[in-house]
Amino acid sequence: MLLNLSRQMVIGGVVGIAAIATASTASAQFRPSATECIAPAGVGGGWDFTCRSVGKALSDLDLVPGQVAVTNLSGGGGGVAFASVVSGRGDDNDLLVAASTATVTRLAQGLYADATADQVRWVGSLGADFGIIGVAVDSEIQSLSELMDMVIADPSSVAFAGGSAAGGFDHLKILQVAVAAGMDDVTQVKYVAFDGGGEAVTQLVGGFVQAFSGDISEATGFIRSGDMRVIAVLSEVRLPGEFDNIATAREQGLDVVSPNWRGFYTPVGASQASFDYWSEALKTIAASSEWQEVMTNNGLMPFAKSGADFQSFIDQQLVDIETLSRDIGIID
Amino acid sequence: METITLLMGGFEQALTPTNIALAVFGSILGTIIGALPGLGPSNGVAILIPLAFAFGLEPTAALILMTSVYYGAMYGGRISSILLNMPGDEPALMTTLDGYPMAKQGKAGEALALSGLASFFGAFLATIGLVIAGPLLAEVAFLFGPAENFALYAMAFATLGGLASRNQGKAIFAAGLGLSLAMIGLDGPTGSTRYTGGHLHLMEGVDFLVAIVGLFAITEVLMFIEHQGKESAIGIKVGRITAPIKTVWHCTGTMIRGTAIGFIAGVLPGAGASLGSFLAYSVEKRISNKENTFGKGDPRGVAAPEAGNNAAAGGALIPMLTLGIPGSGTTAVMLALLMTMNITPGPLLFAEKPDLVWGLIAALFIANIVLLILNIPMVGIFVRLLMVPSRILMPLVAMVAFAGIYSISGSLFDIGLMVAFGVLGYILRKLGIPAVPIILGILLGNQMEKHLRRALTISDGELAILWSSPISISLWAIAITGLIAPLLLRRYLRPRNQKS
Repeated sequence: MLLNLSRQMVIGGVVGIAAIATASTASAQFRPSATECIAPAGVGGGWDFTCRSVGKALSDLDLVPGQVAVTNLSGGGGGVAFASVVSGRGDDNDLLVAASTATVTRLAQGLYADATADQVRWVGSLGADFGIIGVAVDSEIQSLSELMDMVIADPSSVAFAGGSAAGGFDHLKILQVAVAAGMDDVTQVKYVAFDGGGEAVTQLVGGFVQAFSGDISEATGFIRSGDMRVIAVLSEVRLPGEFDNIATAREQGLDVVSPNWRGFYTPVGASQASFDYWSEALKTIAASSEWQEVMTNNGLMPFAKSGADFQSFIDQQLVDIETLSRDIGIID
Repeated sequence: METITLLMGGFEQALTPTNIALAVFGSILGTIIGALPGLGPSNGVAILIPLAFAFGLEPTAALILMTSVYYGAMYGGRISSILLNMPGDEPALMTTLDGYPMAKQGKAGEALALSGLASFFGAFLATIGLVIAGPLLAEVAFLFGPAENFALYAMAFATLGGLASRNQGKAIFAAGLGLSLAMIGLDGPTGSTRYTGGHLHLMEGVDFLVAIVGLFAITEVLMFIEHQGKESAIGIKVGRITAPIKTVWHCTGTMIRGTAIGFIAGVLPGAGASLGSFLAYSVEKRISNKENTFGKGDPRGVAAPEAGNNAAAGGALIPMLTLGIPGSGTTAVMLALLMTMNITPGPLLFAEKPDLVWGLIAALFIANIVLLILNIPMVGIFVRLLMVPSRILMPLVAMVAFAGIYSISGSLFDIGLMVAFGVLGYILRKLGIPAVPIILGILLGNQMEKHLRRALTISDGELAILWSSPISISLWAIAITGLIAPLLLRRYLRPRNQKS
């Protein structure tokens, strides 16, 4: 087995060097050498998954020589890694930092101390986990509009369970829906914060709460087993594959789209050539069949953005979250 | 019958030479990781994930490696608890209470053998429980809402009284200190930060591993420096590593009770292995401490928490596999590994991927047998690892503590915090205040508060929700009995026990 492995590595290395040679003619003078990916949380979380799966793809597609080193730099909900990149790694060309909607949410709410989103460069996203609203399978509620009518009539009659803290993305999602449904005082929406989506779904199935706000990937197992019924998905169009029978919120007259994207930022002082290289590399991965498989298996939907396109998306998301957070009194 | 066929299929999968080699390797590595204070099972499993990728292991093989490390760490944690009075990982905390006093009486070998046997007993029975009732037991999680979970924690704290210290007042002070430290960090129900002083590193709260390593390992190093190596904790004679049949027999009931309690705590996603070993110890103390020997080296005080934490480790796999809920840091890492291998845990996992699940269960049995061999006849090797002269061991302990803590978060802040806990532990030890309740406060206080807040959010602040189901009412009844009964009993028993 070992022998086999080393042979693979040699072949991989040779192909890798060839691929890098072609890639570098396209994007000026940058060649990755010892690429590092920082996951701003511990092993096992979403950011760690982003680093490891994309790191593996970069290596499999020979976009980097050898392996990508993954560093777990946890703390402050990603704020420790953000501060450390800004202050100490500001011009590292060979560094990617995993990020998601949670990163933007915390930046928008000022939870990373004095840090701001323009202190890094947003290089690209590779996929997204779309928000869903679900109920237990035996619930009488059939549609999102029916649920929101109940909430508006008597806010205390519906408790929503979600996997993020108050003010976090699972909470904001349901508030966005409430705003779209025309609720006057969305602070009355009852949200119960659990430690992760799995725990929140269990509480829904156990009948301790009436609805679930989370991402599709957190609920896949329970949807398949028939314990949970999704009444709306917060995407622009219906999801492909096995979930194409779930109606979007938009179809039900509530215009809310809530992608929890997975992607990266890079240091602001890294060279333009390296920035271009990484944004091209992410595009290559997004288009590969290997990545399609990773997405299918993890409930991710296509959401590939890079360069200026991604930057303007981030700017808009920052404004949206900041406005909503101010409206509901999380920030002042 | 069908179960047996499936299990045999699992053994067929697991019993390949490569997989057995991985199980042995994982068990040895796990025992070492468990025995070294500062390196917990979650670090161990986390360090192995890139390795599993690099070798391109099959999902079953990778899981066998991870679970051997996981179970191995649960076995290994007791070694440093008994010999050094430092818990190797958080579930081994309770084992220090009677294990170390036993070691000081020259019965370290007996404590090691007995705890190894209790570990095997707990883990083995729990794995059988997993086989028989795995998917069914997952349903229990649906019965425990925030109110029921809060009652469970309240029950655990109600049985805390007098634990770990002669002096009730000092134990309560220590638990209070731990609970206060647990308040630090982001407050889930409101999303605002508490007592962080605007410091980013404190936003996620105090990591209990930092507190454990600081309060135990670093404090021990400081004590060693004070005594200038002359009179260190580690002058212990291990003796022969066997336990008299009489002692083992005496502990059978203890092990059964410990296993049952630990297993249930493991199955409940809101509880976990630490609560399991804590409850196993305190319940055993309530039942068996007739001659007031607990805390002074009673073998049952070693057998109960070890059976409990190993049974909980097995039980915790049930919610992880069937509900996708990790009950501990280690199962969280294993869950992530499953996800990256394209396996989605959920209610259908047993039906959809029988090969994987039964292969894993077979691997657990194999790992347990390997661990039993490693931990009784061959424990001497691990012991020797810790029995090097103090002047060599203590710098090593400090080194592992610093490296281990740094590896969790990659931040120097946690290192500073660990040293601060070490100094605090030193001062508290001089004042005779026990460290165990502090850790329990940090470890469990946070969860307990979250459950309470959730329950009250759901009920709009109505307190009645806390005792509105049969489960919560029963738990409260036990809690109240646990709190009052000893007070009444003490009144009757006092005259006779005055001398001891």
